[in-house]
Formats: sequence, C-alpha cells, structure tokens
Amino acid sequence: MAFRLRFIKDDTKFPFMGFRSVSFPLSALLSVLTVLAFFAIGVNFGIDFKGGTLVELQAKGTTANISEVRERSNALGFGSIEVAEFGSPRELLLRVELQTAPTAAEQERAQQNVVSKLRETFGNDYEFRRVEVVGPRVSGELVQNGTIGVIVGIIGVLIYLWFRFEWQFAVGAVIATLHDIVLTIGFFVVMQLTFDMTSIAVILTILGYSLNDTVVVYDRIREMLRKYKKLALTDVIDIAINSTLSRTVITATTTFLAMLAMAIFGGEVLRSFSLAMLFGVVIGTYSSIFIAAPILIYLGLKTGGGVKGDKDEEAKPVPGKALAPGARA
Amino acid sequence: MMRISRVKTILILLATFIGCMLALPSLMNESTRRSVFGALPSWVPQKAVSLGLDLQGGAHVLLEIDKPDLIRSMTTQLRDDVRRVLREQRVALQGGIVMQPRGVQFRIAQADDRARAMPKLRELSLPVGQQLFGPTGNQSIDITETPDGQITMAYSELGLNERIRRVGQQTIEVIERRINIDGTKEPSIQRQGLDRILVQVPGLTDPQQLKERLGRTAKLQFRFVAEAGAADTEQMRNRDSGQMISVERSVITEGEDLIDAQASFDQRTGQPIVSFRFNIRGAQRFGDATTRGVGRQLAIVLDNEVISAPVVQTPITGGSGQISGSFTVEQVNSLSLLLRAGALPAKLSIIEERTVGAGLGADSIQAGLMASYLATALVAVFMIVTYGFFGVVAIIAVTFNVLLLLGLLSVIGATLTLPGIAGIVLTVGMAVDANVLIYERVREEARMGRSAISSLDAGFERALSTIVDANLTTLIAAIVLFFLGSGPVRGFAVTLSLGIFTTVFTAFTLSRLMIATWYRWRRPSKVEI
Repeated sequence: MAFRLRFIKDDTKFPFMGFRSVSFPLSALLSVLTVLAFFAIGVNFGIDFKGGTLVELQAKGTTANISEVRERSNALGFGSIEVAEFGSPRELLLRVELQTAPTAAEQERAQQNVVSKLRETFGNDYEFRRVEVVGPRVSGELVQNGTIGVIVGIIGVLIYLWFRFEWQFAVGAVIATLHDIVLTIGFFVVMQLTFDMTSIAVILTILGYSLNDTVVVYDRIREMLRKYKKLALTDVIDIAINSTLSRTVITATTTFLAMLAMAIFGGEVLRSFSLAMLFGVVIGTYSSIFIAAPILIYLGLKTGGGVKGDKDEEAKPVPGKALAPGARA
Repeated sequence: MMRISRVKTILILLATFIGCMLALPSLMNESTRRSVFGALPSWVPQKAVSLGLDLQGGAHVLLEIDKPDLIRSMTTQLRDDVRRVLREQRVALQGGIVMQPRGVQFRIAQADDRARAMPKLRELSLPVGQQLFGPTGNQSIDITETPDGQITMAYSELGLNERIRRVGQQTIEVIERRINIDGTKEPSIQRQGLDRILVQVPGLTDPQQLKERLGRTAKLQFRFVAEAGAADTEQMRNRDSGQMISVERSVITEGEDLIDAQASFDQRTGQPIVSFRFNIRGAQRFGDATTRGVGRQLAIVLDNEVISAPVVQTPITGGSGQISGSFTVEQVNSLSLLLRAGALPAKLSIIEERTVGAGLGADSIQAGLMASYLATALVAVFMIVTYGFFGVVAIIAVTFNVLLLLGLLSVIGATLTLPGIAGIVLTVGMAVDANVLIYERVREEARMGRSAISSLDAGFERALSTIVDANLTTLIAAIVLFFLGSGPVRGFAVTLSLGIFTTVFTAFTLSRLMIATWYRWRRPSKVEI
C-alpha cells in the first residue's frame, strides 16, 4: 500500500506506569489549584445559573459604538451592565444582573422592564439578535438540575462498569472522571469562560468521552490480565496501554480536529463549548492513561485469573481463534 | 465474519438507502424541497428535520401562574361568598371577617345562628380529587369550628392544587385564543408542571407585543359607582385622572358575558372606542341594572382600574354597548382582541424568555455547516493519511453515519438545535473511533502472523465488545443530559445518543460490507493497515 503515516510505532514499549509518581502529584496539584481558583477567582456563571438578562446586539451600521452603548445602558439605572464585543466589532453582548425586588413576581416584572427599556434605547441603531431573560426561580432550578445531572451521570456509569468489570475498574473510572470534571471546571475558571447550561452539556460529554477512552484501556487490561497470568500488574497495564496507544492517539486526534473546526467556525455562541471540549479531549486522554490505569494498582486489583467474563469467552472459541489456534500464546 | 449473506447485504443496503432518503429533504433548502418533491409521489419522505428556535429564530416565553395573587383573589372571593351566605341567612357577625393567608376567620356568637349558617357555609367547599375510584372525601376548603363560635375556613393543599390545575387549563385556552387570533404564526403552547406554560413562536423576533398580550389579565367588569354612604364599596384608581373612586363591590356583569368586541370609532366625537355585544344573560343583567340605575354613574373596570364612568342616560336593553376612554387606535385594537379572547383566570409572570433573531439563526446554521464541513475534511485527511484505503472506508462510513443521523432525527420529529449541530460534529470526530478500534485490532492480529481473512475476522469480532462498552458509557451520559436539559441542550443529547446508535450500526454493517467486498475482490493474503 501507499505511503502511510505511523503515529505510534508498532512495537512501542513506553513505561507508562513509571510516570505515576509524576502524574499523580501533578493531577493532585492541579485539582487543588482548581479548588483554590474556584474560591479565589470564582466561576463566571452565565445567566442560566445566576439569573439576569443577556442581550446580543448587532449594529445596523458597520461598527458598534461600545463606549456609547456602555454609557447609555448604564444610565438606565439597572445596576452595572457589562458590555463587551462579541465575535466581531459589529456585535455587542450586554449582560444585566438579576434585578432585585421584594417578591419573585415583582422581580420577574422588573426583569421584563429591563428588556423593554433596552429595546427602546437601542432599537433604532441596533438589531436585537438574541435576548435571554432568566428569572430567579428558573435559574435556581437549572443549578439544581445541572448538579443532579452530573451526579446521576457518574452514578449511572459507576453501576454499568460495576456490572461489566471488577469494582476496582468502576471506582478507578469514576476517580479519573471526577478528575476530568474538576479540571474542566478549573479550565472554565482560569479562562473565565461563561458557565451555563451548555457547559453542563460539555461536562457530561467530556465525562462520556473520557470514559469511552478509559473503557477501551480497561477492556485491554482485563484481556491482558487473562492472557499473562504470571506478569506483575504494572507490566500488564503497560502492555495494555501500549497496545491501545495507537488507537488512543488517533481517536483523540480526530475528535480534537472535529472540535477544532467547531471552535474556529462554530460561531461565537458555542465558543465556550468548543474550547472546553478541546480541553476535555486532551484531559480525558491523559486521565485514562495516567490516572485511570495506574490507580488500579492502588485499588488492589489482583492478577492471575478470576477476572469477570473469563469463563464464557474461554469456553466458546470464536471463529477467529478456531482458524488460528495457538496464535494467542 | 467477512462472509456476509446476500439477505444481510440487501438489508444493510436497504437500511442505508432508506436512511439517506429520509435525510435528503433536510439537505435541501425550502424552495428546492418544494420544487423537487412537488413532482414526486407522496410516499417519498419529504419531511425535513425541524430546526430549533435558536436556528430558525423565534421567541420562547415561559410563564408561571402568579400563585400568591391567585390565592389572594381566591380568599377575597371566599370572603365575599361568606358575607353573602351570612346575609342570606340573616346571621350577624361578632366583629368582621379576618383575612388569613389561605382563607378567612370570623365569629358567630349565637349557637342557633351557627346551626343555621354552617350547612350553607359547608356548601362553599367542593369535593376534590374525584378520580378513577370515585370521591376521595377530600374537600377544597377545611372548615374548623371552636366551641365559642370561632370559624376558620381555609383552602386545603389539594383544593389549591386542583384550582391551580384548572386555572392552568383555562389559561392555556385563553392564550391559544389570544395568539391564534392572527392566524399566521404556528405557536406551540405547552403545559409544564402544575403552574407553568411554555409558549414558543417560531419566527417571532420581537415578542414585546406577544408579552403584552400574555401579561394582561383583561378582566372587564361593569359596576356602579357608589353613592354616598353606601356599604360594600372599594376604592379604585381612575385610569385617566389617577384619582381614587369609590365603586360598589357587587358586579353587574363581566367580560365573560361578552360575545363580541370590535374596535370602532365614536360616531359623534370620532374617538377610537370598543363596541361590544352581550350574550343573553349579560344583556338581561345589564338591561335590568341600567333600567334601575338611570342617572347613576356606571364604572367600566378593566383589571381593577376604572377606564371610564359614564352616566346612564337611558336603559340599555339592546345587549350592546361601547367602551370609551382616552384610547389610541392601537389600544382599542388590542383591548378588543383581549376582550374577544377572554380574561385570564389569574395573573401570569414571565419567568424565562429567550428570543433569537432570524439573522443570528441563519448565521448559526451557516457556522454549523462550515464547522461540519471542515471537521469532516480534517478527519478525512487524517484518516486517509493514517489508514489509506481503510481510511477511505471509515470516511464513507462516517458520511453515511451523519446522513442516517439526520434521517433518524427527521423521522422521530426531533428538533435540531445549535448544540445539536455540535453533537453532529462531535459524532464525526468520535464515530471514526469504532473504525480505528477495528483497524488497530486487525493490525495487531496481522502482526501476529495471521492470514488476511483471519485477522479481519478477529479484528471485527474482538473490537465489538470494546466498541459497545465504550459507546454505552457515552450513551448513559447523553440520556442523563436528555432528562435534565431543556431546549437546545436537550437537542444536543438527542443527536449525541442517536449518533451513538448510527455509529455502532455503520461500523458493523457498512464498514464490514465494504471491507468484505474489497477482500473478495482483491483476495490479499496479508492485510496491511
């Protein structure tokens, strides 16, 4: 066949497990830094979770006058209004904080008042491309649903993996996944990306992707455990990671490329989404190799048989095996 | 594995063909679609995937019944009812009727008075929760009585919820009439939970008018202005002068007795007015009252504001009348519309609003398409550089994968949103994973010295469980997202989950079919991947 790129050499034998003395402290440090940043800098919550009003304006002329908009909107007396360029000099994004009032109903009315005032003020010079108003009750529920969702997602996966693998795999996968979620939140904090409902989607997708990667590595570890009953666990894990490494790198690359296209051309609305996904692909790949796999050693996974799924596969030889007996020795 | 029976081959090709036919309408724009499918028989699928409001532009308004206000008006109603019953039974109260958060409290000192009044008071409470198994014995109002004659009547939790449920149903009906009056747009009005209503209007980019229409209660009443020294009155603001007027509590007739309301002009002054007609009951009551009250001032009350208070010159028995006030043409138009549609049974607050302009929607579609093309191109180049011929197979599989996904989305009537497009792009990136897993496995087997057929067989066989495991975990995450997310995020969950199904399908049918065909044609002794 013609020329082909080989990203990972066929007989790569990289001692990944040797790096656990580096990767564990590194990940722990990053996680701690995330927690610190979380409290020191804070998450840039979007109106989905904070409540408030978000307006995207497009100048009817060629450029938007950001300082004028800032001045005029802040003169309306709705508290401080954040005005920022959004993607191009023609578009602006206005964020108005949640209005305060004694009762919820009055609060909702005050929020509606913000929108009509903004439409009155800027309607002549700007097109209103997007208006989002989220009241205090809805934002409270969204926070609740988002949190519940992430937790239910993790538990669901934990149960599934428990059925399919030993408990060590389930726990290891969940720890690696939590690691990814924490660092992704850290990414949102450090980059000050807006954290809204789509960010929850990002977190759950990264959870899915990272687990996908982890499961592929785990699948191979389990297979190798059956095959090499005499080898030490660290060596078995190294063999498993090395034999799936090519796949890991190629899949990470294609997913990364697809999300890169999204980040470049996907538009301003999904920018946070795509950037976080790019980060998630990298971190998910890292964690399945450097966290999920070595943690099995600490969780006391046993070598030498007794691995789930052992019997049914050994008892019924697959056609491939029948054709080439002894190939697996 | 590499031998695929003719029946299976035909089934695989058929499923793919049907999927593509279903996807086809979504790939065309409106006008091409109409010209192409106009000529074809009607069984050819022509439904395009429906676009979310964030892609086609439109307004999403979430309304909530103002519960405190509803409870307030329910307790006011209860107080008036109690007062009426006591008057009818000629029972005197010791002190007044005290309003409580959910009901009223009063004292009837005389025991025989109590004995006379209680049965009638109990009639005010209705049984609730009559369902499949008949009456549950629950009452809408809890009535308690102390030995010294203190009576408390309060709405029960069930009674309250029952009322909110009914109010929600009526509200939806009124909203439907208010919006559908234009007849042009296709609004969707859905109940959400007990006390919420979601209104979505595609294509509506400035919902100001819509919100005004939804926000007004439009409760019209005709009452007499109180004469000096009259009992049972309340103070109301005059809309024009801003002064307070004392108005009788008893209502002559209400907006629900109207059968028609039209915007028109006063023939003498040329001012915009609303002319209306009563139904028989309304005409009767209005006629009786105006016959009795010639010379008195009649207050026309809209949402607890006196719009005007003309003096009754002659009895109005014809069943029609007019509302004048200092109105603009626009105001009488909207007022007559609201009166035709009927009053909302409770106040509504707008608790969430999301509006996307048509321009942003179109830009988002454009951006999504660009991203999808670029993603496919990048992944294609990478896969072909890495796997050569097998890379081409993977890309063909991914292309059909996306087509099947679009076809499925339009068949199940799912909505494609902007995050949904991101889900498709992500599927493009992750779908090749199935092929990569298979190829890497085949390569490993080949390196162990197996023949081409045996390593291909083993590759597909062994990769299967890994692919299913890996995709099921993503599916769990996507399903969770579906149940907790709303709107656009839900769209993402749908495309992601369906993408997982189509990915597993294409990897094990289409890719295998292509590779099996290639194998039969080339008969290689060794596979080089």
